[in-house]
Amino acid sequence: MLLLMSPWLAGFSIFFGYPLVMTGYLSFTHYDLLSPAKWIGWANYSYLLHGDPQVWPAVVNSLEWIGIVVPLQVLFAFGVALMLARARLGLGFFRTVFYLPALAPPVAATLGFVYLLNPATGPINTVLDHLGIQGPLWFQSPGWAKPSLALLSLWGVGNTMIIFLAAILDVPRHLYESAELDGAGPLRRLRWVTLPTVSPVVLFAAVFGVIQGLQYFTQAYVAANIAAGQASQAGDTINNLGYPQDATLFYPVLLYQHGFVNFNMGYASALAMLLLAVAFAVVLVILLNSRRWVHYAGAVR
Amino acid sequence: MRRVTGSLLAAAAVGAALTAAITMGSAHAGARSAKADKLVVWVGWSKRELSVFKSVVSEYDAKHPEVQIKVVGSINDTKITNAIRSGNAPDVVSSFTSANVGVYCGTGAWVDLSPYLKKDHVDLSQFPKTSLYYTQYKGKRCALPLLADSYGLYYNKALFRKAGITKPPKTFTELAADAKKLTQRAKSGKLKVMGFDPFWGFYSGNFADMTNYAPLFAATYLDGKGKAILASRFAWSKLLRWQKKLIDYYGYDKVVRFQAGLGDEFSPSNAFEVGKIAMLMDGEWRVAFIAAEHPKLSYGTAPMPVDDAHPNLYGAGSVNGTIIGIPKGGKHADEAWALVKYLTTNDHALAKFSNGIRNVPSTRTSAKSPELKPDPRFQTFIRIFNNPNSATAPITAAGNANLTLVGRFTVKWQAGKVKNLHDGLKKLDRQIDAQNAQASAGGGPP
Repeated sequence: MLLLMSPWLAGFSIFFGYPLVMTGYLSFTHYDLLSPAKWIGWANYSYLLHGDPQVWPAVVNSLEWIGIVVPLQVLFAFGVALMLARARLGLGFFRTVFYLPALAPPVAATLGFVYLLNPATGPINTVLDHLGIQGPLWFQSPGWAKPSLALLSLWGVGNTMIIFLAAILDVPRHLYESAELDGAGPLRRLRWVTLPTVSPVVLFAAVFGVIQGLQYFTQAYVAANIAAGQASQAGDTINNLGYPQDATLFYPVLLYQHGFVNFNMGYASALAMLLLAVAFAVVLVILLNSRRWVHYAGAVR
Repeated sequence: MRRVTGSLLAAAAVGAALTAAITMGSAHAGARSAKADKLVVWVGWSKRELSVFKSVVSEYDAKHPEVQIKVVGSINDTKITNAIRSGNAPDVVSSFTSANVGVYCGTGAWVDLSPYLKKDHVDLSQFPKTSLYYTQYKGKRCALPLLADSYGLYYNKALFRKAGITKPPKTFTELAADAKKLTQRAKSGKLKVMGFDPFWGFYSGNFADMTNYAPLFAATYLDGKGKAILASRFAWSKLLRWQKKLIDYYGYDKVVRFQAGLGDEFSPSNAFEVGKIAMLMDGEWRVAFIAAEHPKLSYGTAPMPVDDAHPNLYGAGSVNGTIIGIPKGGKHADEAWALVKYLTTNDHALAKFSNGIRNVPSTRTSAKSPELKPDPRFQTFIRIFNNPNSATAPITAAGNANLTLVGRFTVKWQAGKVKNLHDGLKKLDRQIDAQNAQASAGGGPP
């Protein structure tokens, strides 16, 4: 048995176990990547909790993201899937169109959005301008930067949408029919037939979304640097992280800044350990909570 | 000199693999496939400037049959660090970020050059004092300056004439007054031309950490003991208030909107080069960029204006420069040193390189070399570089991280998010001190 599992065990310990143990160890050291790590006890954690002025804004940004944008993503994906499931004409066309954005590489998609939403030269604001509306500053304003990123992430929600679509199409027809015979309208059918049947997928989308949300990095990094644009110097990209005014300083961005720009990998490891703990806790809460609303077909309660 | 690089995409990819990468700490001896006489040199320059550097190196290559040199451009500090960690470092590296010298020297990632300097009797006094400062850390010299940068004022002569201004401003009061005269707005109030853009984070002159303004106000970040003193030095609040007042004159939102429509700094659509900004603080390299991209532009250069209370500072400016050294683990250290020595001390090499990319020659003799192509607009920057009041950013254990905190504060300030400037600066001082303490916990970089 052990022999059969050995490829998996080896992979698990090399690519997961070892990095995890090393991160744990390094979080108690001063490690600048270049000289040997030095044991400093809890100093990194104490700086994390009491000293680093960027931690709190980063935590708030990330919490806002998983609290608002992730639920929106799930809702949006579900809504689009519902509509696609009911479409009569051009079925293949619409499915493709709504899925396509998911294929765009995140960096390219972000670049595209930053250009589209450029407050001075972007087509969106140009159109708004013609309508006599002063468009927002989008990625250049602390208030609009996160909504802009949210737009981007809703646009690229295709993967989740496809999974929802498959689940919705999989709902047994006879359930709908008997519900209809019982006099249930479309809304009640949605609430009492569709939702319970696809609830495992909702759970999957929620957990997956939260984990992705906690690791949200690439789009924020690229958007900040491109939008700040004007000072994109080799040595100074660091000062663009979180642009504008820490609005896009998500927790992983902060982690990157400390580990890879400031040569402070020991401290970055401490940040990573906290992220792991929080991700674990949040997912645990969702899973425990899900027992009340997730319905597994054929499962005995 | 700092430059736009492709670091963005690379770094984004790194970010995606963040968790996995965090702990791949163990360095393993890399398999170097190079032949014994092949030297690999990494530099940050790209495009036009890279080809100039290659031509300087090829002269050396031709005269030294024992080595064969390969130059790689567009290198940034992340790439340098990763290469050194993985044991695949090139033979010679250079960096635009002189603030990272603390890390490179302190950790031994770049080898100590003292034995070589001693062996070859290299006289360090040929380098200017500031350049010597940003190429060592706590006495450990692991780098030498390879050309240097200084910041001054570029002004558009056609726009000056139109506004009836005859000479460049010498104080910050004059600068603000001229900026207002030079500014043009559309009927809707939109900015069409800005006289001077003091927005923190806009182009190289306005790095949000204020490093390029500090010498103009004789403002310093740290006291003798390394404690942050932004709150207790009146100069900082004076600079910040001056800056905010000018931003408010334009309107914060209008400036952001205007800037969003401007071209990239290191492209032919640079806002100064196309006449959308009448006065710009920038490095000496702009002279070469304008010559290559907009040779017909009518412009002049001058030292930056200074604090009204310190007219004696006029002529000073912010300076820094490219640093070059030898990463640890190289197999051709002696050959690498011979090349580094040639590039950093040979008058002909420095003059040729300086002529090509118009950076400040970084030794005293090369600065007077008859080979240098005379250009009064470029001479301005050599004079700024040699001014005794010119200064560079402080080098600390936390490296660039200190300046990140300063930048966070200044961008909030200009957006009007800081209610009480003095209290804000006091808090900032505490944050910088805490950061330095953390960075040197357990001894920090030795």
